[in-house]
Amino acid sequence: MQAKAQQLPIWYDICDEQDLISNSGVCALLGQQQVAIFTLDWQGHRQLYALSNYDPVGKANVIYRGIMGSVNGQPVVASPLYKEHYCLASGQCLENDALSLPTFEVELKAGKVRIAL
Amino acid sequence: MTADNSVIRVVVVGNGMVGHHFVENLINSGQPAHITVLSGEPRLAYDRVHLSSWFTGSRAEDLALTDEATYQQWGINYVLNAKVEGIDRTQKLVTTQQQSYHYDVLVLATGSYPFVPPIPGSDQPHCLVYRTIEDLQAIEESAAQSKVGVVVGGGLLGLEAANALKQAGLKTHVVEFAAQLMAVQLDEGAGTLLREKIEALGVTVHTQKATQVIEQGQECRYRMVFADGSFLETDMILFSAGIRPSDHLGREAGLGIGERGGIVINNKCQTDDPAIYAIGECALWENRIYGLVAPGYTMARAAVASIAGEELDFAGADMSTKLKLMGVEVGSIGDAHARTPGAQCYTYHNQPQGVYKKLIVDANHSKVLGAVLVGDTSDYDTLLQYCLNDMALPQTPETLILPASGEKPALGADALPATATICSCHNVAKSDIVEAIDGGCASLGEIKACTKASSGCGGCTALLKNVVDSEFEKRGVAVSKVLCEHFNHTRQELFHLVKIEKIRSFDALIERHGSGMGCDICKPAVGSILASVWNDYVLNPSNVPLQDTNDTYLGNMQKDGTYSIVPRIPGGEITPAGLIVIGEVAQKYNLYTKITGGQRIDLFGARVEQLPDIWQTLVSAGFETGHAYAKALRTVKSCVGSTWCRYGVQDSVGQAIALEHRYKGLRAPHKIKFAVSGCTRECAEAQSKDIGIIATENGWNLYVCGNGGMKPRHGDLFATDLSTPTLVQYIDRILMFYVKTADRLQRTSVWMDNLEGGLAYLQSVVIDDVLGINSELEAQMQQVIDAYQCEWKTTLASPEAKKRFRQFVNSKQEDTNIQFVDERGQIRPATELEKTPEHARIPVELV
Ligand code: SRM
Ligand SMILES: Cc1cc2nc3c(=O)[nH]c(=O)nc-3n(C[C@H](O)[C@H](O)[C@H](O)COP(=O)(O)OP(=O)(O)OC[C@H]3O[C@@H](n4cnc5c(N)ncnc54)[C@H](O)[C@@H]3O)c2cc1C
Ligand code: SF4
Ligand code: FES
Repeated sequence: MQAKAQQLPIWYDICDEQDLISNSGVCALLGQQQVAIFTLDWQGHRQLYALSNYDPVGKANVIYRGIMGSVNGQPVVASPLYKEHYCLASGQCLENDALSLPTFEVELKAGKVRIAL
Repeated sequence: MTADNSVIRVVVVGNGMVGHHFVENLINSGQPAHITVLSGEPRLAYDRVHLSSWFTGSRAEDLALTDEATYQQWGINYVLNAKVEGIDRTQKLVTTQQQSYHYDVLVLATGSYPFVPPIPGSDQPHCLVYRTIEDLQAIEESAAQSKVGVVVGGGLLGLEAANALKQAGLKTHVVEFAAQLMAVQLDEGAGTLLREKIEALGVTVHTQKATQVIEQGQECRYRMVFADGSFLETDMILFSAGIRPSDHLGREAGLGIGERGGIVINNKCQTDDPAIYAIGECALWENRIYGLVAPGYTMARAAVASIAGEELDFAGADMSTKLKLMGVEVGSIGDAHARTPGAQCYTYHNQPQGVYKKLIVDANHSKVLGAVLVGDTSDYDTLLQYCLNDMALPQTPETLILPASGEKPALGADALPATATICSCHNVAKSDIVEAIDGGCASLGEIKACTKASSGCGGCTALLKNVVDSEFEKRGVAVSKVLCEHFNHTRQELFHLVKIEKIRSFDALIERHGSGMGCDICKPAVGSILASVWNDYVLNPSNVPLQDTNDTYLGNMQKDGTYSIVPRIPGGEITPAGLIVIGEVAQKYNLYTKITGGQRIDLFGARVEQLPDIWQTLVSAGFETGHAYAKALRTVKSCVGSTWCRYGVQDSVGQAIALEHRYKGLRAPHKIKFAVSGCTRECAEAQSKDIGIIATENGWNLYVCGNGGMKPRHGDLFATDLSTPTLVQYIDRILMFYVKTADRLQRTSVWMDNLEGGLAYLQSVVIDDVLGINSELEAQMQQVIDAYQCEWKTTLASPEAKKRFRQFVNSKQEDTNIQFVDERGQIRPATELEKTPEHARIPVELV
């Protein structure tokens, strides 16, 4: 564990940019970790977000199939099962302070989507 | 005190709830006056009604009805601890120990005091009463040094006091002189049930006990000895044996006093001396003392009106009460004891559930005289309104108190006359609420603030909300109907905009008429509107992000993240070959199969990546999507009809199949279900469907806006003996009118219930074309029908679209968190405990 803490994050290539779905989500598998990747296209800008795909309320790997949107200007995704909203940037659940989804660094580089772990 | 001659000097004696209400109303009336308030207590007015909340933690400041700063701001000369000792009517002076005050108008609001029966020994230290904050402090202190407590008096206040002692942790007894509890408000049956319930909570009740003496006890501090020789030991005694009006000031000043006390007043709340008013619990009107706060408030308003030279008579008050005593609901309305000559009663007593209800009606069974409720007061509001407004009773009055049999006539807020009192504490009538709304109040909160309704005892909260909602509804107020934070429009308005401006995407709509990025409320709603208007393939790339997961993946997501598959089986008719295909598919992919309530077959447990293959097989065999996932036409159920059934008069199956094919794919604000029955036996349950059709000798009877589900509603008979072309024409128009005007997620039943003019209006639109829109509605329906495509078929034809059906963009692995176990020979989702640990989800850790 300690050795790991000192390591720099490792970036993993996930897929091509074309595999993303505009204003919707896809899911990546990294080892045992499922990561939901959301593509926000708004007012000419593209912003990616990566969060754990596991819905802690519904207890199923479905977050990437939720509807994206905004609550008070803050980008969110609504779980497709029971509709809790999670802040895309922080993973924080808006309905329940005690819940948040782990988030990951994600970037677009040379047409490739990459995630850091 | 000096004052200029034009301004009258008003002196108010007593600053209880009613005295304060008087002051507040006098200030608000704008009547110029020098007001002096002489309060016998060490503080300004507080909420005596909720005094018991002291024992659950309220303190003086929580109970306060006002504060000194407010009185100062109002310019009131108030004096605390100022007990008035006498009135000099000739000089118009009142005197306290310290000082005298001149008045032009004197208002006595001295309330009442607890009656302590003259029992030898009742003046000992732990013998207390329950009226003021100081009393509560004394009770608290005494309780802390006691183990057993007795309340003398089993009336409303006595039981409240008993609750307080119980909460303080004492072994509690109630000693009542009469044969039952709450003898004023309840009849014998109700009293008995109340006693059972209260004893079940651990309070011991002793009835028909007259205390003769309170002596020193052996086990406890005191021993109460009763007339029948029995005794009860206790550490403290709380007297709650009734109240007596504080009328001695009036008595000594020579004002008229009732035989059993109370300062006599007229309709303007004036005593014998026109310069002296009496209001609240010290006043006697037509030989009655009102021991409740609402009548006192009404008196206060009448007195203010009289002083200001206005007409407003006190005309008596209703003494009905609803309360919760130790968690037991109790209600009493009007003539609870059926004393009116000729009165007749209906009684419902459910012993196992501890519910007792009695309805008292007049000799002609035409109106409610009174009611008694114990254990369930849910009918209180309705019964009270019947009683107060002399509303005509239903044919079978007993339905008003019988448990919901489906027949109970709902008393809509609409049925109440404008004069109906909604809040009796603040005397707010329905018309006042209507006025407030017309005057610009746009929310429940504003209406409360402006009328004060619901800010007294709180008993009218539910009724107020009903009235307000219904009034807003009538005005078509959109406040609550605006879709969400991104659109300041109702669904109906957006529908109109999409159509008129030929908008074909969410982005275009939000850019022109909304703000922000949208959300899980407005996106599916707009997706549905776009589909209703244009019937574009719901999975056009620009439409994908709008849909709920069910629409995106063309299946219903189940609890474990898998999907269900429902092929369309029009009318419920299926060939053996079709059944075999479904069976084979289910076997091959190991899916759970079940016959649904909609006469078709559901296959459960498909992983997202399996969906295209499964549907490929089904589509190749001629099946289409069943739209089980969509807010769209679901099923048209049928009975076997005249083809086989010996009673059938038309081919219900053929009709159902034709209709299902016509309307399949129609997207709507909510799902739509049909059924067609072959005769009046109604085996297809058509009257519980959005569109129900029942065959007759001469054609088809059409029922509309039925619903099963959460709140069943029988369909309304729309038209009879229709030919098939007319039937179809009417359905086209009705459905399109619904699609165009309903709210988001509003089923036809709710839409109809909210449609102004109801069934008759819908008939005039559809049959008589009063809006002149029928050709447009029909054309629009035709456009949707022409644009129909099986969404699965189209999806399968597009490699791009198929690509989205995968769990992972970067791997062909399965989601190992989806696991099944066997049950009754088929799969079902494994519970969290049943899941194999090595496959259960593992947190962030990279191999
Ligand atoms: C599968 C089925 C139960 C069954 O095993 O029989 C079913 C299953 C569901 N029903 Fe139903 N309903 C099914 C027949 C019914 C019926 C019976 C009927 O259609 O004759 C009713 C009452 C009739 C009615 O709708 O008026 C019915 C009233 C509801 C309601 C309440 C609707 C209402 O207006 O109150 C909901 C909730 C909703 O739609 O908001 C609901 C919602 C659901 C949902 C979609 C709940 C959900 O979000 O997961 C279920 C998922 C379906 C799936 O995964 O495929 N289901 N549901 C039936 C599928 C019928 C079909 O072939 O399409
Ligand atoms: C525990 C409890 C629960 C209750 N629950 C309910 C309920 O649920 N619903 C309901 O409608 N009613 C209820 N009531 C009754 C309600 O509180 C009274 O109807 C209401 O307080 C009467 O107001 P009032 O101003 O007439 O009298 P009070 O509130 O008694 O005020 C009279 C004031 O005058 C003062 N005063 C008296 N003599 C003099 C004098 N000579 N000089 C100066 N000041 C004087 C007194 O000290 C007192 O402050 C309850 C009462 C109690 C005690
Ligand atoms: S509704 Fe009539 S025709 Fe249809 S099955 Fe029942 S009895 Fe037969
Ligand atoms: S009836 Fe008491 S607050 Fe309205």
